[in-house]
Amino acid sequence: MPGLEDLYREIILDHYRSPRNRGELPTPPAHAETGFNPLCGDEITLYVQVDDGRLADVKLTGQGCSISQSSASMMSTAVKGLSVDEARAVIRRFKSMMSIHESRLDGGGEGDGGDEDAEAANVKLGDLEALQGVVKFPVRIKCATLAWNTLTQALDAVGASSQQPPG
Amino acid sequence: MALDVATIKKDFPILERTVHDKRLVYLDSAASSQKPLSVLRAMDAYYETTNANVHRGVYAIAEEATRLYEKARTDVARFMGAGSAAEVVFTKNVTEAINLVAYSWGRTNLAAGDVVVLTEMEHHANLVPWLALKAERGIEIRYIPVDGQGFLDMTRLDEALDGAKLLGVTSVSNVLGTMNPIPRLAEAAHAAGALILVDGAQHAPHMPLDISALGCDFFGLTGHKMLGPTGIGVLWARADLLEAMPPFLCGGEMIRDVRLDGFSTNDVPWKFEAGTPPIAEAVGLSAAVEYLEALGMDEVREHERSLTAYALDALRGAHPDLVVHGPPAADDRGGVISLQYRDVHPHDLSQVLDQAGVCVRAGHHCAKPLMRRLGVSATARASFSVYNDEADVDVLVSALADADALFSL
Repeated sequence: MPGLEDLYREIILDHYRSPRNRGELPTPPAHAETGFNPLCGDEITLYVQVDDGRLADVKLTGQGCSISQSSASMMSTAVKGLSVDEARAVIRRFKSMMSIHESRLDGGGEGDGGDEDAEAANVKLGDLEALQGVVKFPVRIKCATLAWNTLTQALDAVGASSQQPPG
Repeated sequence: MALDVATIKKDFPILERTVHDKRLVYLDSAASSQKPLSVLRAMDAYYETTNANVHRGVYAIAEEATRLYEKARTDVARFMGAGSAAEVVFTKNVTEAINLVAYSWGRTNLAAGDVVVLTEMEHHANLVPWLALKAERGIEIRYIPVDGQGFLDMTRLDEALDGAKLLGVTSVSNVLGTMNPIPRLAEAAHAAGALILVDGAQHAPHMPLDISALGCDFFGLTGHKMLGPTGIGVLWARADLLEAMPPFLCGGEMIRDVRLDGFSTNDVPWKFEAGTPPIAEAVGLSAAVEYLEALGMDEVREHERSLTAYALDALRGAHPDLVVHGPPAADDRGGVISLQYRDVHPHDLSQVLDQAGVCVRAGHHCAKPLMRRLGVSATARASFSVYNDEADVDVLVSALADADALFSL
């Protein structure tokens, strides 16, 4: 049976107590995207500044539980400075970690062998690996993925607007 | 006479189980109550000995099933203090009961600019059906504000009700525990020419209910919060209102005659019960009502009031910086305690309490406007029923300290 120590790893509590990249960016030039978890009321607003296809700056505000807020904080440090494509690869890798079937948790197996999984498996998550224990608490997975889904929406929106003809 | 909780606990088999090797301490009855053996056995017995569709067959078990289903209606009418069982419409839950009113009465009687008055403490079940009408046909919605102690601010009540067609209000707040003065609100609504709809989800399970004394026009309750099964609730409404209202859901059961070019409706209450109803659930609700009546609703209320007083003292004594939302005194509240514990997020609090076997609800409790009014995104809520005692509260109080150790900022 999973214990609280599987969920509340020290690095998670550290990001919860001292969130990184907290704040806002002027919009425009940055893009703001707000994500909600309708089940629990958690809320995150993500500010993404994309310059020349690179996430030049990432800031976030919002409120929520230790899992949603620490995941957002860790995500901001992980994707800041990456190209949009690299950031999307990190998102895929993280979401794949969050969807690992429980039966594989102890075996340490990774991925389903699909192309995207294989590619994503090469991405190093670093501190974010600490969130792996969340999958043992299925109701909390949505807490951990809130910021990531919001980032996907933000990148989609930035991509769509950059394809618009000027004017 | 005080409730004998030790004996009552034995009637609820689920309370014998453990979670995480701890005794189950169930403090989430405002979300859904546990069920006594008498309810479980009544439903099993129905399926094992009587199961048949109601209002159809002429054979013996169909007649028995119909009799049990209609007995449930009579039992609920007696429990509510209703003048007639014909005023008791079975629905799925309170949400469906309020939707029935919004669709049937609302769409007959409300046009653009007509006013519905609600309160800031309503559950989404009594907000969204009216907000949908606002979006659909432009009705106006006014809100009675909630004051700093969690009471309705009645100072501008007459102004809010001026010209209104309906007042919709919860009897007991599922977040604050506030018991609203329904007879006074009903009087004010009627004086203004408005009807009053009462969300009784948190009232019916916990305190005496006398529909005629409340003076309301519509009242909803739900079975699964009052020791009964899920899938059955009640809309009580004045007979003359039900007679005048068009049907909500249409199909079998609710008709008198159907031709290829039209239909005529059945008598009330069946006019509002389209399709095969939740028969076993009605049988279960019947047993739940009988269980509560045997305990005595005055005794149930006194038990929960005194347990709430004990919990408020114990929580504040052990954790002086704990914030409890809602009225300060147990006399003014139902058995619902929403709390904020330091900077610990309610989700995290609930997760830690779960490890101690304690079930509390964490979240917005389907009352997001009230959460905004309180300036929080969520609360952790402990709520009581007849099977809770001071030992349950003690486990909650000591488990809070575990959260403190983990999350103190």
